[in-house]
Amino acid sequence: MKIPYYPGCTLHERALDFDVSARECAKAVGVELEELPIWTCCGAVFPLVSDSVMEILAPVRNLSYAAREGDKVVTLCSFCYHVLKRANKVVRDDPEKMEKANLFLRADTDAREEIESYTKEDYEGQVDVLHYLEMLRDVVGYDEVKKKLRRTLDGLRVAPYYGCMLLRPKKEMEFDDPEQPSIFEEFLETLGCDVVDFAMKTECCGGFQIVADEDLAVQCSRNVVGSALKNDAEIIVTTCPLCRYNLDKKQHEMEKSVRGFKKIPVVYFTQLLGIALGIGGEHIDFSDNYVDPRPVLAEKSLL
Amino acid sequence: MAEQMATIYVMGKAYEVPSDLTIMKAMEYAGYRFLRGCGCRGAFCGACGTVYRTQDDYRLKVGLACQEMVQDDMYLSEIPFFPGNKANYDVEDLKPKAEAVLAHYPEVYRCLACNTCTKACPQDIEVMEYIQAALRGDIAKAADLSFDCLMCGLCAARCPAEIVQYNVALLCRRLYSRHIAPEAKHLEARVKEVRDGKFDKEIASLKAMDQREIAKLYDARDIEPGD
Repeated sequence: MKIPYYPGCTLHERALDFDVSARECAKAVGVELEELPIWTCCGAVFPLVSDSVMEILAPVRNLSYAAREGDKVVTLCSFCYHVLKRANKVVRDDPEKMEKANLFLRADTDAREEIESYTKEDYEGQVDVLHYLEMLRDVVGYDEVKKKLRRTLDGLRVAPYYGCMLLRPKKEMEFDDPEQPSIFEEFLETLGCDVVDFAMKTECCGGFQIVADEDLAVQCSRNVVGSALKNDAEIIVTTCPLCRYNLDKKQHEMEKSVRGFKKIPVVYFTQLLGIALGIGGEHIDFSDNYVDPRPVLAEKSLL
Repeated sequence: MAEQMATIYVMGKAYEVPSDLTIMKAMEYAGYRFLRGCGCRGAFCGACGTVYRTQDDYRLKVGLACQEMVQDDMYLSEIPFFPGNKANYDVEDLKPKAEAVLAHYPEVYRCLACNTCTKACPQDIEVMEYIQAALRGDIAKAADLSFDCLMCGLCAARCPAEIVQYNVALLCRRLYSRHIAPEAKHLEARVKEVRDGKFDKEIASLKAMDQREIAKLYDARDIEPGD
């Protein structure tokens, strides 16, 4: 089964460990992720202004590229998923904005009729934006995933960290219950993990504030990490490169400010899936992690 | 047959010019003498970037004055030079990664993907695509897509994010050729031969010849070796 795949800029270079593990896992569960032949940045933030179309052109154009490849597109990064999904909803719900966005896209085509890569058809929201977890649950099926596992991750106490981008705003994201989500827990149960519930699992990691106000962002991520630790988690799992950065790399700062701070590794969900699917070697790469997850994985005989 | 004439407006002033001329020749016909804004006259140097509008079309169009033909009621202005931000770097010190681009041209982060730059390119380059490739660290793709750039500056003139696309492209091509492109083994071998003095004797004998002898030697050269 082939499914169009939008990697996003971060996964192209900075979070290759996420991209590579996701592609390998998809193969192992019978899905070929086909990277879109052309794609650009998703826009990175969803615009809060409601009277401008220019800021949603990037996601809408990417969706129009996806429309030529199929009726759905899969992505992994929480920010990409958030921006693409909300832009898609704008196109679907607001005919005036859809028309304006298409005017821009048509102008691309008018200017360059000889370039085949440009879209010839209007984009009217015909593509469904899927998160990789949704693909596993709804397209492949968790039962099918379970059949493909080479080992289960028994006894590994895993804290599923959603962050905010996947879940909110609820009416636009339509991903899961923002207060009591379950898709991540069900995924980890499929792998046989011991799922750790913790209070801060849907709180913000500090996000882009890490650039503007590092102390504030570290405070946010410290709350998340602390909450997972308090519930005896051994490892935190995330779906987002920025969450991974704030929660993992910034433990360096947390160590300085919290007496007796205990470090905890933070990995991508596709890396745990890869281990359970028996994928190894260079495809499951932990060399970019500040807190090395290998000791705890080795302790459970998972490496 | 009487010559077809067209009315063009150069920086707002009307001129009657023959309709089968390029913009550059029409401007010269009208009395302009180019000191700047004209180079190779062959669409290679990028010195004669021009913006124009035609009647009944709201869009700004672009062309190279040495290539684009005049049209009746064409409003135009040459933009021979565009003041663009250019970073200083030593390409030896850089890695072919997104960081190299973003450290020297952080405004690339501001790209809205509006594609205005692409529409402003007289060379039909996918400008926005190569900026986006550079943004995500795909240096080889950025170098490849921007290969035909003449650095006329029209993309930068139109960019709402104030990116100087052609200088970003230049950095990417330099990063590509220094760090990604395979080494040219035959070139290395030839440089070694030169350094080892393989051609010293021949050069010395050429230097000793007078002009007539050199001309004779040149005329007698193998034009297609192996024939």
